Amino acid sequence: MSETSPILTMTGICKTFPGVRALSNVDFKLRAGEIHALMGENGAGKSTLIKVLTGVDKLDAGEILLDSRSILAKSPQHAQELGISTVYQEVNLCANLTVAENIFIGREPVRAGKIDWKEINKRAKKVLERLDIEIDVTQTLDTYSVAVQQMVAIARALDISSKVLILDEPTSSLDAHEVKKLFEVMRKLQSEGLGIIFVTHFLDQVYEISDRITVLRNGELVGEYETALLPKVQLVSKMIGKVLDDLSSFNKDKKTTEDARRETPYVSAKGVGHLGSINPFDLDIHKGEVLGLVGLLGSGRTETARVIFGIDKADCGEMHVQGNKTVIASAGDAMKHSMAFCPENRKTEGIISELSVRENIILALQAKRGVRKYIKRKEQEKIADDYIRLLNIKTSGKEQLIRNLSGGNQQKVILARWLVTQPDLLILDEPTRGIDVGTKAEIQKLIVRLADEGMAVMFISSELDELLRCCDRLAVIRDRNKIAELTGGELNEEVVMHTIAGGENNAGA
Amino acid sequence: MNKLQLSSKYLSLIVTIFLFFLLFALGSLKFTGFFSLQNFLNLFIDNAYLIIMAIGTTFILIAGGIDISVGAVLSLTCMLSAYLLEMKHLNPFLVMALMLLMGAAFGLIQGALIHFFKMQPFIVTLAGMFFARGMTAVISIDTIDITDKTYELIANYRIPVFGGAFISISVVIAVIALLIAAYIAHFTKFGRTAYAIGGNEQSAVLMGLSVGRTKIGIYMLGGICSTLSGIVFSFYMRSGFTLHGLGMEMESIASAVIGGTLLTGGVGSVFGTLFGVLIQGTIQTLVMFQGTLSSWWTKIAVAILLCLFIVMQSLLTARRIRKKSQVLKSDISHT
Repeated sequence: MSETSPILTMTGICKTFPGVRALSNVDFKLRAGEIHALMGENGAGKSTLIKVLTGVDKLDAGEILLDSRSILAKSPQHAQELGISTVYQEVNLCANLTVAENIFIGREPVRAGKIDWKEINKRAKKVLERLDIEIDVTQTLDTYSVAVQQMVAIARALDISSKVLILDEPTSSLDAHEVKKLFEVMRKLQSEGLGIIFVTHFLDQVYEISDRITVLRNGELVGEYETALLPKVQLVSKMIGKVLDDLSSFNKDKKTTEDARRETPYVSAKGVGHLGSINPFDLDIHKGEVLGLVGLLGSGRTETARVIFGIDKADCGEMHVQGNKTVIASAGDAMKHSMAFCPENRKTEGIISELSVRENIILALQAKRGVRKYIKRKEQEKIADDYIRLLNIKTSGKEQLIRNLSGGNQQKVILARWLVTQPDLLILDEPTRGIDVGTKAEIQKLIVRLADEGMAVMFISSELDELLRCCDRLAVIRDRNKIAELTGGELNEEVVMHTIAGGENNAGA
Repeated sequence: MNKLQLSSKYLSLIVTIFLFFLLFALGSLKFTGFFSLQNFLNLFIDNAYLIIMAIGTTFILIAGGIDISVGAVLSLTCMLSAYLLEMKHLNPFLVMALMLLMGAAFGLIQGALIHFFKMQPFIVTLAGMFFARGMTAVISIDTIDITDKTYELIANYRIPVFGGAFISISVVIAVIALLIAAYIAHFTKFGRTAYAIGGNEQSAVLMGLSVGRTKIGIYMLGGICSTLSGIVFSFYMRSGFTLHGLGMEMESIASAVIGGTLLTGGVGSVFGTLFGVLIQGTIQTLVMFQGTLSSWWTKIAVAILLCLFIVMQSLLTARRIRKKSQVLKSDISHT
């Protein structure tokens, strides 16, 4: 890599949202003709950096230089005029308009007060040819696949300006073939001298395409590296960071797992998958064990859980519950088989903020019993009181509205909701995200205790420490594939990171 | 495959046109005297006001909005015109100009409320509907007849076309409005932006289109269309009355939907809407020729048609999505 002068330099970028320091003193440098990967776990500040650059959010401090001129984009349009275009994961075009119109709308060539459609179609064809795409530009956009739509979005971006192109998670809804095509286009643009910022979760893709990597963690710059000189496993450790463990460790009893393994698993997935979210996988979950799902964000952890719980109906393979072949086509089916699922995003998928703690707890039980079998108020109150005590939920009372509780306590209420149904398999997706350290430890202890009492628990978390502490077994997911299962002695940080990085087990760590 | 997709894009419109000719043919076979040029032209003469109103509605639906005040605005236009002509003896052309101005202002206010305060179009135009209907009654609870000479002349003027058949001036106005609307929809930035907003407003903003201005403009256009429709209606009825145009907003929406406009926005054309109006007109004529049925049967027929069309639209959408996912799957299996 020759050290060409940067076309884009961001220095000392700071951004604070109420209560959160999203970016502190971050530097970023992009050179012409370079594909620069921006990496980091969720909440690391990648999106905020992009948003600041493209004028979606205002920066608090710092300077942005484009072609050594200080710029400050006021809006995405302004950024575009300056020469910075963004193509988002979700294609921001109008599916009801034709391909050609999507590229040119807002900047249509007008002749004699009339939009010149012939010219638009001709020019659209030319712009797309530059990307080696030959399609009928007079068709509406929704007749084409997401991959093509994305190319159209790139074509639009390029036609407006061509200094810096930001691709925000462009590959997450593409299949392997389409990704290859996208990379070809990226290389072509690179050779034309465009600077490309590539934001992604997929490690393999970063190594395939990028020249440099900038890693962010918790809103801070970890460093800028040349891709060729940074082994995958080091990248992973830089992204995850060393989370300091100041929690009192608790002893995990490993005796049960070996016995359990010999019994029929409670749930057994054989070759189950869902097109576009997770490739077919085998997975057994035994009673009395905590099975962890580990992998980088976006690798398909949640998707795995969703398929098992029937939210996304599996389109291949078969499911066995207690040894019997079963079809789980909906969350209702899963609940009938005594499964429970605490979703990742408690704000939008979990709590009903206008209802009280008691009502939130009782919800799943009522759903399980059916609408006609009303649970008596007395019984409801008893259940609510029991679980508030059991899980140590801090609330002024069972009639308190749940939105007035802290995040950790809301999480406990949701946990309680599913525990009330006395499930045999409990799936927890990021149950400890965004809650304070003390409550975190409590929830972790509870998970282990539930497994000891004979429940099967599936535990999804982004925090490796937490998984290593709680789980008897870890299933590793990478790029939408389950790639390994780790048990016993393999349950240590180094092995897990190597497995996540994949392929590079011997590269120096 | 390209041909297939092309036809599915226009299928809705083709079905509408086909249905119109089918109904007309049906009437021609069943009733003597139905099949004549004049009877065909009468569809335009009797529905000129609805064509104009439905043009405005089509634009608003395309942009993803809705306007249910149009019927009441028509009523207000008739009443206010009658009042200004008969009580204030204003120049009839001045009255017409004032009415159009009022329509633009009415739409401007509704559009501004919808855009700037992020209010639901349904609620804003519901308020607009009550306001306009209320104002109509405030001017006069009783019917005011329009006796103005110019209005009488325009109303009775017959423009001869082929072989003794004729059309009215209202038809000319409606056709001109239709042509202008089609031009706006397909050849101006304003029109294309309306389609983009209806397709995906968020995207339209991110693509740097002037969403706010266009949205307000669309409601102004809607307001102008409903007052123009009101002027044409006052040629037709030559009176102002509080109950004029009652429920007409729904006929207007029905015409657009039967003509292939999606209620969710982004898809539709004014020519489709024209046929939507003509279909309703034909059904009305059929009921009239039949003689024994109550005119309310028109509504029942329109109701059935609406159901059929909405089902057809959702089937078409479902088919497109299914086809797309198949394409996606075959792509993947290739790799």
